[in-house]
Amino acid sequence: MKNNYDVIVVGGGPGGSMAAWEVAKAGYSVCLLEKDRDIGYPVRCGEAIGEAALRQFVDPKDSWIASEITGTTLVAPDNTSVDIDFAKETGYILNRRIFDYDLSRYAANAGAEVYTKSYVKGLIIEDDFIKGVKLDYLGEPKEIRANIVIGADGLASRIGRAAGIRTQVRMKDMESGLQYSASNVDVPINKMIMYVGSNHAPGGYLWIFPKGNKFANIGIGIDGKASQHKSAKAYLDEFMDANFPNAAILTTMCGGVPCPTPMKSPIKNGLMLVGDAAHLINPVTGGGIAPAMKSGMISGQIASEAIKNNDYSEQFLSKYVKRVFKEFGNNHERLYRIKEVIHKLTDDELNGIAIKVKKIDPLKRSLGSVFKTAVYKKPSLILDVVRIFAGF
Amino acid sequence: MITIKDNRCDFCAACITVCPPDCIEVRESSIKIIEEECIDCDLCVYICPIDVLEQTNEK
Repeated sequence: MKNNYDVIVVGGGPGGSMAAWEVAKAGYSVCLLEKDRDIGYPVRCGEAIGEAALRQFVDPKDSWIASEITGTTLVAPDNTSVDIDFAKETGYILNRRIFDYDLSRYAANAGAEVYTKSYVKGLIIEDDFIKGVKLDYLGEPKEIRANIVIGADGLASRIGRAAGIRTQVRMKDMESGLQYSASNVDVPINKMIMYVGSNHAPGGYLWIFPKGNKFANIGIGIDGKASQHKSAKAYLDEFMDANFPNAAILTTMCGGVPCPTPMKSPIKNGLMLVGDAAHLINPVTGGGIAPAMKSGMISGQIASEAIKNNDYSEQFLSKYVKRVFKEFGNNHERLYRIKEVIHKLTDDELNGIAIKVKKIDPLKRSLGSVFKTAVYKKPSLILDVVRIFAGF
Repeated sequence: MITIKDNRCDFCAACITVCPPDCIEVRESSIKIIEEECIDCDLCVYICPIDVLEQTNEK
């Protein structure tokens, strides 16, 4: 590990690796710091991503893909279920352990230095500019300097907080989440199943994402306030007992699932936050892999431009924010408005929507038609739905 | 006062994210609440997916 780099990236998830890869490709020196012993482990993720979303960055490798998803089943509170085949796009359930590892290798092979067991404790700040990081590397304190630091260190970003950015998420935009990697569960291999309603998952949803060979990610996200009376774990355990009493739970992971609007200003002089750290998560689904990769890539490109221009000011880095909003942040704001409406739907309304959607010809049924039905009381949102789901 | 009930904490940091005064510190395998800064809002208790945090004030 050197004492100086052009760029330091903190966090070895998909956002961090994309950022480091992009900087390395441009020919600048970059180091990627991961606090854990391994890149890609532990996994705290449902591991779902759209095929097209992934392909815009890399050609998917077989080893990354646990299963290919061609449709979804939505289950209403009264257990009415609606099947939807994806017309245009398929999805993947990834093996994040392998996927994250490979992305960091792409960055490394392009010239990025990757260090694990590198725990960043704080920032070096001089004249209001971030100039590097203070870390424990293999247990030894160390300081390394760079004109740009990219914070890809996840929810409740330590980097963001050290820089004085407010990283908290409002309680109403936080879901309490828990997921089991369960084996010996008989579930369809090409279908995601999602349960909604106050009995299944108040203010959120319960998911089954299959990973093949009777293996699946089975998880839940519930409204933070609802979990005051009954925890996410209690809901999920009830579901498991009722539906998969013989499941073996091989991994338990918990976490907050943020569903907020994107951070308005995830930058400071010499700093950009990407992915979860910048609250770039699809507010309806809680999906964050593609937004992390996209913002990571853009941050790497803007970092290279900043180096070229020798300008690391917040004003220059606002180019990063503008591009993020243009490419998907504005869509996240639309999705947030949709989320606000569907979160308020009662069980009766959800049951009614399921019945309505069931009447649509299966060949014409799409996620777009579900959401259009769901927001029918708020016609102003129909346009948002159409804009987002045009391709689905 | 918020008490950490037992050693089941998974260090997922959900509590940090909702804490208004930002007074919870989670490192890889430790969690600490800075008591002087805590405002007893209980949001961390609500959000915890596995019920590790508990409000132990008598109300």
